Amino acid sequence: MLSFTKIKVLSIYLILVSAIFFASLNLKNNNLIDKKINLGLDLQGGSYILLEIDTNPLINQKLQSKVLPIKKLLYENKINFKDFTISPDNISLTIDKEKQNKFKNLFFKQQENTVNNFIPEYNKFELNLEFSQNKAFIQFSNFGLVSLNNTALKQSIEIIRRRIDDVGTKDPTILQRGDKRILVELPGIDDPERVKELLGKTAQLTFRLVSKDDGFGSEKLILSENNEELTVNKRVVISGDNLVDAQPQFDNESNQPIVRFTLDRLGAQRFGKITTENVGSRLAIVLDNSVISAPQIREAITGGTGTISGGFSFQESTDLALLLRSGALPAPINIVEERTVGPDLGQDSIDAGVFSLIVGFILVIIFMFIKYRIFGLVSNISLIANLFMMVGILTILEATLTLPGIAGIILTVGMAVDSNVLIYERIKEELKTEKLIIHAFDTGYNKAKITVIDANVTTLIAAVILFIFGSGPVKGFAVTLGVGIITTLFSAYFIARHLTSVIVLNDKEGKYFKL
Amino acid sequence: MNNKINFSKIFKVANIFSLLAVLVSILFLFFKGLNYGVDFKGGTLLEIRIENKNIQIQDIRSSLNLPELGDVNVKQFGKEGDFLIKFEKNANENEKFTTDLKNIISKKIGSAVNFRRVESVGPKVSSELLKQGLTAIVLSLAAMLFYIWIRFEWQFSLGAIMALIHDVIITLGIFSILSFEVNLSIVAAVLTIVGYSMNDTVVIFDRIRENLLKYSKISTNEISDISINETLSRTVITSLTTLFALVSIFILGGEILRGFSFAMILGVLIGTYSSIFVASPVLNYFKVTQKTLSKEEI
Repeated sequence: MLSFTKIKVLSIYLILVSAIFFASLNLKNNNLIDKKINLGLDLQGGSYILLEIDTNPLINQKLQSKVLPIKKLLYENKINFKDFTISPDNISLTIDKEKQNKFKNLFFKQQENTVNNFIPEYNKFELNLEFSQNKAFIQFSNFGLVSLNNTALKQSIEIIRRRIDDVGTKDPTILQRGDKRILVELPGIDDPERVKELLGKTAQLTFRLVSKDDGFGSEKLILSENNEELTVNKRVVISGDNLVDAQPQFDNESNQPIVRFTLDRLGAQRFGKITTENVGSRLAIVLDNSVISAPQIREAITGGTGTISGGFSFQESTDLALLLRSGALPAPINIVEERTVGPDLGQDSIDAGVFSLIVGFILVIIFMFIKYRIFGLVSNISLIANLFMMVGILTILEATLTLPGIAGIILTVGMAVDSNVLIYERIKEELKTEKLIIHAFDTGYNKAKITVIDANVTTLIAAVILFIFGSGPVKGFAVTLGVGIITTLFSAYFIARHLTSVIVLNDKEGKYFKL
Repeated sequence: MNNKINFSKIFKVANIFSLLAVLVSILFLFFKGLNYGVDFKGGTLLEIRIENKNIQIQDIRSSLNLPELGDVNVKQFGKEGDFLIKFEKNANENEKFTTDLKNIISKKIGSAVNFRRVESVGPKVSSELLKQGLTAIVLSLAAMLFYIWIRFEWQFSLGAIMALIHDVIITLGIFSILSFEVNLSIVAAVLTIVGYSMNDTVVIFDRIRENLLKYSKISTNEISDISINETLSRTVITSLTTLFALVSIFILGGEILRGFSFAMILGVLIGTYSSIFVASPVLNYFKVTQKTLSKEEI
C-alpha cells in the first residue's frame, strides 16, 4: 500500500493543483473562467417565494364562457331544453330522452366543435357530458382540468417573469414547482414587500359604466379612494387585454402622478363609442374587484389613449403601470411560503460561519499535531488539501453555498480526520506485533481500508437522502457533506498515504515512529 | 490501549439505562410533543433589529398585542436589540401585512425597526415539509439498514438499526423535554446524526467481524470487549475532533446555526454511546459466533 508509481504521484499532484486552480476562481477579479460558488439566499440576502395558483375561479369563468355556445348549439339543432343552471363546477339542463343521443353526438364532434375543445395531446375532450334520467350534466373532464391548469400556470410564469424583469431585479430565478406552484428566487432585493405586492396581484383591469339603479346585471363595488359604494354595471366596456401600453406620468395641471394607457385598435373603437354615447355618466376603472377611480366622462375619447388618476403616490402609479403592461394573471395567485433574509444578516452569517470554520479548523489541527506529531502534520496537510478540493469541486459544480452548507464544511473538517485516525490507530496496533515498520504501515492501510469505506458510505447515504428531500439551505448542507466525503476519501488514501510513504521510506533509522 | 475496560460487564446496566431513556423520551414525545417551528407548524417568524437599544422585550411584546396575530412569542436573539418574533398568522394572506406590521411596531415602541429575516409558511406547505422530513428520516434509516445487511449479517443489521432508533428517539426526546424548536435544519441534523452514529457502529462491527474470524474459541462477550477496546481510542479521537468543530459552530457560528449545532453535539454524544452500549450488546444477545458469518466472508 505504500508504493506509488510515478504516474500515480503525478496525477495526485495534478488533481490537487487543478483543485487549487478552481478554488482560486472564487477570488475577486478573475475573468479566466466564469465559474464560481454561488451564495445562497440566506447568505447574500434575498427572497424565496413559493406561489400557488388557484384555478377554481378560472374553472368557473371558463364554464361561464361555455354557456352561450352550448345554448346556441341547442337552438341551432332544435333540441328543446329547460332548467339551464350553472353551478361553480358544472352546468345542468333538462333534455328529453330521445334528443339526448343527438346532443351527445354534437357535443363530442371531432371537427369544428365550438363548444367542446378536443385536446390532441391527450386525445380527449375538455368537457364531459353525463345523463341521468332527463338531466344532462356538463363539467370539465380531468384532462380538461389538467390542460386548463397547465396553460394557466405557463401564462402565469410568463407574466410573473415580465413583472420581475420590469422591477429590474438581478438574476431572478422563476421555476415551475409541481403542477400548481411557481418558485421565485430573488437574490439581493432591497424591497421584498413591493415585489410581493406585485406578484400577488391578479391585475384584472376592466372599464365599466356606473349605473344609476341597482338592477340585474350590476354589482356593488367600493371606490378605494374614499370608500364610496358604487353600483357598477357587470358589462365590460374594455378590459386590460385591450391595453398595449401603460406608463406612469404626472398630470399637467394638478401635478399628481397618473397612469397613461394606450389601447389597441379594437379597444380604441369601443372606448370611443361608449364615451361618445355616455357623456356625463361615470366610468368605473376596476382593478381586481375594487374601483380605483370613477371619473365622469366629460367628452368622447376617441384617440385610443386615456389616463387613470386615483390619488396615487408616484410609486403606486409606477407599479400600476407595470402591472397593466405585464397583463393580468389568468388565475389568482397566493404566496404559500416566503423566506426573506436582509443583506446585513446574510453578511453577519457569513462572518460568523467563516470565523467558526477557522477556529474549528485550528482546534482540529492543533489536536492532531499533538496526538500524532509528524503524522499529524501529514493529516493536517491532507486536511488543507481536502478543503481546497472541496471548494474546487463546489466551484466546478457551481454549487450554492448556504449557511448550513458552511456548517457541512466545518463538520467535514471534524470528520475528515476520522479516516486518518482510523488508519493511524490501526498502524499503531500493527506496530505492536509487526517488527518491520514498513510492513506495519502497509497492513495498517490495507486493513483500515474496508472500515474507512464502510464508514464513509453510511454518511454518504445520509447526504444523498438529504439532497433528495431537503429544500433550499438544507440541500446546500447535503451538497457540501457529500462532496466532503469524497474529497476526504481521496485525501486520506492518496495525499496522506503518499506523504506517509515518503516519510516512512526515507526514514531508515525509524526516529519518527512514535505514533 | 493497555488498560482494558470490561464493557460487557456494564452492558446490562447500560441497556436498562437506555431502555429507560427511550421510554421517557417516548412518553415526552407522546404527551408533551415537539415544539415545531414555523417550517412544520406554519405561521410567521421575524428576526428584527431595533435601533434604540434601550427598548426592552416587554415593550415589543406589548406592541404585538394584536388579536389577529394569534399566539405571539418574542425572545432575545443574539446581540442586544435583536429579537425573534413568532406568531401563528401566516403573513402571506395579505401582501401588505409585513409592511403594516413593521409600521405598527416602530410606532408603538418609538424606534426604527429593521426586519432582518422573514419566514412565513402556509399551513399546506408546512404539513408537506413535515411529511417530507419524516420520510427522509425513515428512508435514511431503511437505506442504512439495507447497507449493513448487505455488508454484514442480519444480527449486525439489527444491532445497528436498534442503535439508530435509540439515537433518534432520545435526541427527539431531549428536544421535547427542553422544548427545543424543531425546524428543517434539525431534520438535517438528525439525518447527519444517523450517518455519524452508523459510521461509529460500522467501525466497531468491522472489528468484531475481524476478531470473530481471528479467535474461534473466545466467547462473544469477550470478542466484543476486545473489539471495543481496540477501536476505543479511534472512537474517542474522532468524537473529539468532530466535537471541536461542532462546539466552535455552536459558540461562534451565530444564532441561526445554534440549534443545528446543538442537535449535532447531542447526536454525536448519543451516537458514540450507542455504538458501544446498544449496537454491540445486540450481537451478544444473539450469540453471534464465527459460524454466524457466511462462507464468503471467511
